[in-house]
Order: sequence, then C-alpha cells, then structure tokens
Amino acid sequence: MNNTQRTTGSVSGVIANLVTVKVDGPVFQNEICYVKLDDVDLMAEVIKVIGDTAYIQVFESTRGLKVGTQVEFMQHMLEVTLGPGILSKNYDGLQNDLDKMEATFLKRGEYTNPLDDDSIWDFTPLAEIDDVVRAGDWLGQVKENWIDHKIMVPFSFAGEYTIKEVAPKGQYKINDTIATLIDKRGNEIKVTMVQKWPIKMPIKAYKDKPMPSKILETGVRTIDTLNPITEGGTGFIPGPFGCGKTVLQHALAKQAEADIIIMTACGERANEVVEVFTEFPELIDPHTGRKLEERTTIICNTSNMPVSAREASVYTGMTIAEYYRNMGLRVLLLADSTSRWAQALREMSNRMEELPGQDAFPVDLSAIISNFYARAGFVNLNNGATGSVTFIGTVSPAGGNLKEPVTESTKKAARCFYALSQDRADGKRYPAVEPIDSYSKYLDYDLVREYLSKRVSPNWVDDIERAKNIILRGKEAKEQINILGDDSVPIEYHLRFWRSELIDFVILQQDAFDDIDANTPFERQQYMMEFVLSIADTKFNFTSFEEVNPFFKKLINAMKQMNYSEFNSDTFKKYLSEVNDILNERRAE
Amino acid sequence: MSTKAFQRIYTQITQITKATCTLKATGVGYDEMALVAGRKAQVVKIAGDEVTLQIFSGTEGIPTNAEVVFLGKPPVIKVGEDLAGRFFNAYGEPIDGGPEVEGEEREIGGPSVNPVKRMQPSKLIATGIAGIDLNNTIVTGQKIPFFADPDQPYNQIMATVALRAEADKIILGGMGLTHDDYLYYKNTFDNAGALDRIISFVNTTENPPVERLLIPDMALTAAEYFANDKNEKVLVLLTDMTLYADALCIVSNRMDQIPSKDSMPGSLYSDLAKIYEKAVQFPEGGSITIIAVTTLSGGDITHAIPDNTGYITEGQLFLRKDTDISKVIVDPFRSLSRLKQLVIGKQTREDHPQVMNTAVRLFADAANAKTKLENGFDLTDYDERAMAFALDYSRELLAIDVNIDITKMLDTAWALFAKHFSKAEVSIKRSLVDKYWHE
Repeated sequence: MNNTQRTTGSVSGVIANLVTVKVDGPVFQNEICYVKLDDVDLMAEVIKVIGDTAYIQVFESTRGLKVGTQVEFMQHMLEVTLGPGILSKNYDGLQNDLDKMEATFLKRGEYTNPLDDDSIWDFTPLAEIDDVVRAGDWLGQVKENWIDHKIMVPFSFAGEYTIKEVAPKGQYKINDTIATLIDKRGNEIKVTMVQKWPIKMPIKAYKDKPMPSKILETGVRTIDTLNPITEGGTGFIPGPFGCGKTVLQHALAKQAEADIIIMTACGERANEVVEVFTEFPELIDPHTGRKLEERTTIICNTSNMPVSAREASVYTGMTIAEYYRNMGLRVLLLADSTSRWAQALREMSNRMEELPGQDAFPVDLSAIISNFYARAGFVNLNNGATGSVTFIGTVSPAGGNLKEPVTESTKKAARCFYALSQDRADGKRYPAVEPIDSYSKYLDYDLVREYLSKRVSPNWVDDIERAKNIILRGKEAKEQINILGDDSVPIEYHLRFWRSELIDFVILQQDAFDDIDANTPFERQQYMMEFVLSIADTKFNFTSFEEVNPFFKKLINAMKQMNYSEFNSDTFKKYLSEVNDILNERRAE
Repeated sequence: MSTKAFQRIYTQITQITKATCTLKATGVGYDEMALVAGRKAQVVKIAGDEVTLQIFSGTEGIPTNAEVVFLGKPPVIKVGEDLAGRFFNAYGEPIDGGPEVEGEEREIGGPSVNPVKRMQPSKLIATGIAGIDLNNTIVTGQKIPFFADPDQPYNQIMATVALRAEADKIILGGMGLTHDDYLYYKNTFDNAGALDRIISFVNTTENPPVERLLIPDMALTAAEYFANDKNEKVLVLLTDMTLYADALCIVSNRMDQIPSKDSMPGSLYSDLAKIYEKAVQFPEGGSITIIAVTTLSGGDITHAIPDNTGYITEGQLFLRKDTDISKVIVDPFRSLSRLKQLVIGKQTREDHPQVMNTAVRLFADAANAKTKLENGFDLTDYDERAMAFALDYSRELLAIDVNIDITKMLDTAWALFAKHFSKAEVSIKRSLVDKYWHE
C-alpha cells in the first residue's frame, strides 16, 4: 500500500445494498470505499470485481442513490481501531461508538470515533531501550478500568525492531508517541497507543497455539459439571426460539471466570441489548467485585440495523478479543446469533446471483464458519505469558430443526455442543440444555482430564460419565414405564427414572434469576455432584412403586432448598440434615 | 402524489413483466417513487441507464409507450395531529371521503433508533384478558404477535385489545383484510366512540397484494411521529403479517430471487425484523407497542413465517378453542410474553408470579389427568379435582370475553385454589398463602 492517488469510481447500478461501480484504477478485494451521496458518505466494501466494475456492499440504506454518484476507494480493508478505552464501550458492527451519536435515530453515514482521543492514561513502560521486539510485544501498559492494558508493537510490523526510545512513566493521550523503534534498515518508526487491524485477518502475534487444557469456569452447572468448556475453547448453543438461548448467554457473560467479555449482538432484538445496557452497570463481577461493565464491551448490530454490517460485527468482536488475548488475558467472546450472520451472507450471495447451496445459503458457508471458530484458542505469547479467546456462539435453527446448514456447519467447527431442547423449555426445565445430546469434546483430551483430576478430584471424569449414564438409563426407564404402565414394570425402573430426575432437578436445572443458585462455584458443584451420586448408589426399601414418587419429590424439594441457600451456611446445613432424615427413612441396611 | 411541472416524462418501456417494467432513464434515485400510466411504482433496480420499476397494482394493460414520471422522492406520509380518526390506503391517501391531511412530509421506512437511546420497557398494558394480563403480561415497547389459525376470531380480539388498552393512539395496519373485516373495525371503533384516537391504514383483499408492503411502514412512521415527537403511548396493530410475508414472496419471485425455506425470500428475517423492531420505549415517555397477527396453517409453527417471527418478537400469544367451555382462550402452555418479568409482582400485586405459575401448573395437571382418562386409566381424587379446577379456571379467567382487572384475576385464582385444593397441594410460598388464602 502506498500513498499514490486513490482510485475513484462512479456508481453504475444499484440493487438494494449491492452497488456496482465503474473504477478508474486498481481496487482490491474487501477494500473499503465511500459512496459520496449528497451530503453523506456511505461506507462500503468491495466483494467482487469484474473488469473495471467493482461490486460493493454498502453498509447502510442506499435510498436515493443515483447512477454517476462518485465513489472513493480507501486502500485499506475494513479495520478496527485498537487501543485503551475499548472496555465498557457500546459499539455498532463497524465499531462506531453508539454513545457518541447525538440523535435518537441512527443517522445514515454518521461514523464516530471508537476511542477517546482526549482521555489521559497513566503509562508505565515495560520495555527498555535497545530491546529487540516483534509485533505484539509489550512496550508498556496503562490501567484500563482494573486491567493492565498492554501497549504493543503494532501487529502489522513485520520482523524485528530495536527500541530507540520509550516514553517515561507519565500521563499520555492515546495518539502521543510512546516509543520509537528502529527497523533493520535503520528507519525510525514512532508508535502510539493506537493501532488498526483488518477484521477479516486473524491476529497471529503469538508464539504458538497449544491444545487447550484449563477449564473456563462459568458457574452454570449443566456446562461446568457435565460438558465443560476450556479456556480458548469453542462451543455453540443451538435452540428454537423461547428456549432460553439469550438468558444462558447473559448468565455466561455475568459469571464466567474471564478477564474480558466481548458480547456481540448480531441481528437480534434491540430490547435484549437494552437489558444488558441497563443491568450491567449495576451488576457486580463475582470474581473481582468490580462492576461488570468494566470488563465488558458490547458490539451490537441488532436485527433492524443494516444487514451487511452483521457480518462485520462478529469479526469486529473477534478482532477485539484477539487484541486483548495478546495482553495475556482470558477473553470470552459471545455471539448471539451466528445464524443471523449466515443469513446476511445468504442475502448478499443471492443478490450477486451466485449458485446457491442448501437452503439458498452460499456454498462456502461451512468454510467461513470453520475459519471463524478457528480464530479462538489458547496461545503462548512471545514473552511466555498466556492468553485465550473462548468463543461461544448461538445458532437459531429454522423451525428448531438441527439438520439445517448453519447448525450442521457449526457442529463441524465447534468443540462443545449445548443443544437447547423445546421439550425441556416447555417443561420449564431451565437451562434447557439437553443432557444426552449435548457434548464437550474436551472431556476426551488427556490434558483436560489431567487438569480436572487435579482441579476437582481424581475420579471426576468418571463421575461425569456415571452421571450421564444415569440420565440415559432414566430416560430409557421412563419410556418403558410409559409403554407398559406404572405397575407393570419392576420398582427398579421407577428408581432409575427418579435417579435421573434427581440429577436433573438438583444439578442440571438452575435458577438464573436467583442470586445464589444462578452462579455455582466449582467446589459447590463438586459437593452436590458427589452427594447426588452417593444417593444414586444408596439402596432403598420400597414395597410398591407408589412410594417411590413421593419419596423422591420430597428429596428433590429439600435438595433444591440447599441450592437456594448460601453454601455451608446454617440454612444449608438445616436442609442437609432434612435431606439425610428423608434418606434414612428408606435406607436399606 | 401528482405530476408537477418540469418533470421529465419517459415513454419508452423496454420490458414488462407481471409486476415490473424496465425503461431507460437517467438521474433516478434508488427507492424513488414513480407513476407509470398513473399507477404508483417504485425503483427496485438500477443497472446503468436501465431502471426497473415495481408497479404496486400490477402491470395489466400497461402499454410500452406508457407515460413514466419520476417523483424524485421515496414513499412519504404527511404526519400531523389531523391523522387521528382517519382511514387511509397503503399510499397514505384518505379512503374515508375526508380531505387530504396537511402536515410535515416524512419518508416511510426510516432509520432505526440508536440502541443506546432506548429505554428498557417497563410499563404494563392492561387488556382485561386474563390469558394476557395474568399469564402473559404485555409491556409498552414490546412486540408480540397472536399466532392463530385463520378460523379464529383474531380480528375481534385485536379490536377488543385496542379498545381496552390504555394507549394515547392506536394505529391499525390492515393487510389483506376482507372488506367485511375492515367495516367491522370501522364500526367497532366508531361505536366505542374511540375514533378520535385511532388511525387506520388499510389494504383490503380488493386492493393489489403488493401494495400491502407499504402498510407497516406507513403505520409505523405515523407511530414514530406520535411516540417520538409527541411523547405519546402508541399501540400499533398489524393484521395479518402472514399476508404481508406472502406479498414479499410474490415480489421476490417476480424478481427472480432464489427462494429459501417454504419458498420465502432469504431476507424474510430481516424484512420482518425491520418492522417489529420499530417497537420501542423512548426515554421521554413515548412508546410504540406492536401487537400483530400471524395466521398459521394448521397450527404449524415451524413454517418460515411464524418461525422467523418467533425469533424476532418478544413472545407469542396462541389462540385456541377450549372445547370444555367452547370459548376461545389464550393457550397458557404455548403462549409466552418475554417481557412480563419486568412488571409482574412489581407493578402488579406481589403474589402475581407465584399465582400465575401455580395456576398454569395445576392446569397442566388437569391436562395430564385428561390424557389418563382418555387412555382408559383410573383417575385419582386429585385428578378429578384438577379437572374441576381447570374447568372453572377456563370459564372464570381464561375465556377471552372475561374482562376484569389484574387484582380481581388474582383474587379469583386464590378462590379457585381454595375451592379445589389444599394449601399443601398448591405449594405457594407460606407468607403469601397466609395473606391471600380465603376458604
């Protein structure tokens, strides 16, 4: 890229937000350009070139656009601006700061600065003169809310550089020079706290990407206990509408033991985003005691905002996540919902008259999704620190049918599968994650098993398997009971069924709206799991099947009260002894 | 919209299809309105000097030398206080014989509200219908459709909701209404003496189907005027959104677009979201609440229209006929209002959430008992009582013609609990039982 004359062009055709432009010079794929419509400039991206005609997708409404309108090409791809001040911000899909917009209604062509140029930051140098550095190495840090925001050698710098100067400890604005580097040819390059990076390119300024091994604790029992996700892992949550996808994602955003949360609301309801805006400034992060919004950045491109910016919104989220990963932080990226992004791809592919794949989605959908999920991961940085981007996306399958292309493609890419079930949602069994179909492939990783045996107990993975087995046998027993009738099956079948109900009600179901039950620390999960499994191992005396149902209902009710009480508090112990009394009534010697 | 002096007139149409015509023209803006032989049309495609126009009322009888006049602006509506009490067609022209409305001209289908400028919806809208107020409370700024089979009286229920709801303005967007339904709305509003707060945009089955596409944007642009400029509580009724989607399907088909699921256009989700997301609570107190109707075919909610709608709206209200009392009820199992948590037990009495859940749970027990009965199993005493409760619950609360306030609904529910069950069977929080249980 050089600073020669910018290519310009003029509009030659318009169909909705697909615009063709006759150009007078070179353009490149995914180049950003501005359509100069009357008094506003509309941002657009090149998506196809044929001869001297560039096909561009405009990120805004093209109402009133005429043939002959001038277009200016910017010689860069769609970029995000990275620097201190990203946390607590509310961005749109193109990283415009929504709070900086004055009007109630979004104005076409209004682009706002994602960072605050005039904010003052307390800078502390980390590197020294004559250090040899590469892209992504830490030059210094500033305090952003409570995290140490590292100022890095820009990711676009290739090769090695020698530090000529680093700014001393002090107060600076983001555009002040904080270091001067010298490249191999002796050129001096000034570095500020700000850098730009194209969102479609993964940031790879790290040493390597080993297999993930540590568990990301979320406080959601059906995830942590049954199908845990790792730091740097990938997972997805498909489910029909009304099954609690968003509630589950919000629970993860509130509780997960990550340093940074990036939430991407992609093509979803605006009121849900408003809920986050309203609640997060009030809520406290359980791990640090600070306000939740201090560790959170929200990128929202709700369903009524321009469709073509939906795709950008998930990439913007990922790029910001990768940026913070390079500071040695644990980042959790949530996207709700990736189906809307896929639909945006479909709309554009359709307008370009590409040959469609299944359900009219573009044929490369699967590849696009895989590439995106591959950007998550746990990394070792050049300086020995580690960082991670954990990605959990939701999928909204059309008609609740998990055989549709977006779900199928995502299944190939994501390692954890949390299927939300309509039946469970109808039965108000929340979170409605189906325990039998869902899986975490990380449980097969040796490193993860090793980690869990140290973190929890040596038998933990076996315990998980046992619990899953009890749930499966309970389901089989229930089918038998339904076919044969209550009194035509052995009592053991009723017991099997109720053991699985016990796990369901005490472990799997969790009240996201209860202050205590909503978030269960690992120690507590282990305690309850071992307790429930010990009950499953206990032999009881029953003379008739009719005694089984009331016994377990009573037991479940008392154990749920335990879940609602402060761990190991007096109330908790009171219910524990109540549970033991109930058990002793029927315990077989 | 009429022709003005000094407008360029084209008379050479090069291509005509069922819904579109193409001609050579320059200086035309995308989305711009035009008149083709006097019929309203809109620019849907520009390729070089070739402009394709979608003619709303169809191309029957359009000659290749028809006069084409470009109007230089997208579809607009004149907004002002005078809109109140009036009936308009899809172009915002009066159909009630009254004069043209004077006011500020606004483009329809304008930009979205900046999400950070929205408020969380928080005010309850009472309708007097227990299936809504008690079980699925609606809040200002919410968007929620009725899912109904075509034979159900959804238009009557919408009219009832409109008249009972405390709203400053009610805006009806009627798409593909039969002429009789249109007259029904008109008479009902008239008889109730509520015409002065009602504005209607109506496309009946006598009008061309493609015109329907303008109705929601017309209605919502008017709604934005009252909610944002005048800080009023506006209720928008859209019936029937399935017919709107059908019109989208017709257009995309004629534009040679590749259909996706159920032969609907691939952009159906975005098209519907663009409408429903206009529901909003403004910080200054104004709000737009959308209650829509989506008709189902044979109760199938996996069809692309209800499916996409369900992902967009904040819940759905299922209408079903209760055979025990032979009246229409709002189905307590399949209906859901996602925003009810924001108000129940806060703006309503403290026992609301528990009473609601308990009544629905007991109603479910009755449904199970009924299945048992049908399968030839013996019923327990509890089953019998549950069924008796369900009958009373349907008759005294769920039936759509019951009109009482929420406190009365809660008292009625407590009375039914006491009539049919013991305190233990109801299993509601102790403190609430002590306060509200009366034998």
